[in-house]
This record gives sequence, structure tokens and C-alpha cells, in this order.
Amino acid sequence: MEIPMIYYIVLSLVMFFAGVYGFITRKNMLMMLISIELMLNAVDINFAVFNRFLFPGQMEGMVFAIFAIAIAAAETAIAIAIIINIFRHIRNIDADNLDDMKY
Amino acid sequence: MELLPLAQQVLFYLLAIVIVVCSILAVTTRRILRAATYLLFVLLSTAGIYFMLDYTFLGSVQIAVYAGGILVLFVFSILLTSHPGESCEKSSLTKRILGIVAALTGAAVCAYALFTYQWPAVDLIETGEHPIKALGHALIGMDKFQYLLPFEAVSVLLLACIIGAILIARKR
Repeated sequence: MEIPMIYYIVLSLVMFFAGVYGFITRKNMLMMLISIELMLNAVDINFAVFNRFLFPGQMEGMVFAIFAIAIAAAETAIAIAIIINIFRHIRNIDADNLDDMKY
Repeated sequence: MELLPLAQQVLFYLLAIVIVVCSILAVTTRRILRAATYLLFVLLSTAGIYFMLDYTFLGSVQIAVYAGGILVLFVFSILLTSHPGESCEKSSLTKRILGIVAALTGAAVCAYALFTYQWPAVDLIETGEHPIKALGHALIGMDKFQYLLPFEAVSVLLLACIIGAILIARKR
């Protein structure tokens, strides 16, 4: 453990805010989903790092990282099913065009 | 992982460079398939970080579920919804400025909180890798620090997700 904890956290900080930037700027819904995956991944790194450096004898962070990965997989599968269904209806997956249900 | 200190540092900086560069490229490139490829590199390097921290099981789950499963889903849906080689239109300037401002403000606030917080001093006992048996008992036990209920909730969630995905995406 020669590398201090803060290095890992700064790494996941950069990854998380790259995800935030992508989520705000992108119009394509698949790109927004990729940004969400980046953010979730950064949070998983934080779980593992806090577990390893602050509570080395326990395994709560690891267990919750595994739960987070499982839930992220479920969320992505559902989101991609919805996106493909939307594409089938309006031939387009830009978030700006999704106002059919508004009126 | 038992590594020499120098080798550990070299490995960490290599993984860190790959993660930072590829995650920024993934959100700025205009080809969507390339974004998925950069995401693959980020996920694999994250698995490398887990291996460095002695969480080999977590790293293998990361490779199997994220890099193996979710990435394939992404690539399939990208190929289904866009023509290969087509790049998405540029996002507007105001949106990009808004994104940069939001990301930099958030990062600054978080970095300030991180660097001013007094981390509790923990004596770093070298625990090595957690035995996989202990992890299994923690996942399906009912005592304190054991997680049978969330485990079963996740299994029901995955079942609901399978049924929901089939229902939503099937052809009418």
C-alpha cells in the first residue's frame, strides 16, 4: 500500500465529473447512458478504496460494490430496452425529440 | 498483490493515465462506437485498480459483468440504432459551457472537501485478500454485517429486469 488513499479518490473524482460533463452535453441517449456508467464506476472505486484504507478488516465496501455492479447491470439492460423501443417508434434516440408524451 | 513498491507505483500511474485519458475521450468523442471502446478501456483499468487493492473477486466481477456483459449490450444497441461511421452532431456551445462549468464546480467543491478533511488515522494492517468463503457467508448470512435480504432483493430485481426488458423490447 505505497500509494496514498487520496490518489485513488482523485482518480475516481476525475472519472465521476467526466461522466457529469458527458451527461449534460450529450444528446444521444446511449451516450448519456455511457456517462452514467462512468459515474457508477467511479462510485464503485470509492467503495473499494474506503473499505481497503479505512476499514481494512471488514468487507462491507466490497459487498456493496458488488451490489452496485448488479444493480447497474439491471439498470443498463432496462434502459437499453427502452431506448431500442423508442428508436422503433420515432427512428431517433436524441433526448430532444422525446416530447411525444408531453401533450 | 505482492509487488515491489516501484512496480506498484508504475502500475498505478499507468492505470491512472489510461482511466483519466479514456474517460475524458469517452465523453468528448463524436463517434459513439469509439465512446463505447473508450468506456471498455476505462472499465478494464478499473478492474486493474481492484486487482491492485487485493480485491481479486471484485475485479473479476467487474470484468465479467461490465466489460463482458454491459459493453456487449452497448455495442449491440449502438449498431442497432445508428449507422456505423456516422458521427453525432456537435452539441451547442451554451450546453458545452454549462457542462464544463457544472463539472469543474462540482470537482472543485469535492476536491476542497477531500483535501481539507482530516482522515482518521488507521494503522494499515496488511490483511491481504479476503477469503472467498467469508464473502459467501457475508452474502447469505442473517447476522450482523451479513446481507441475505439485499442479496435476495437483487435476485428479485434481476428477475423483474429480465421480464421487463423482454416485455419492453419485444416486437408487437
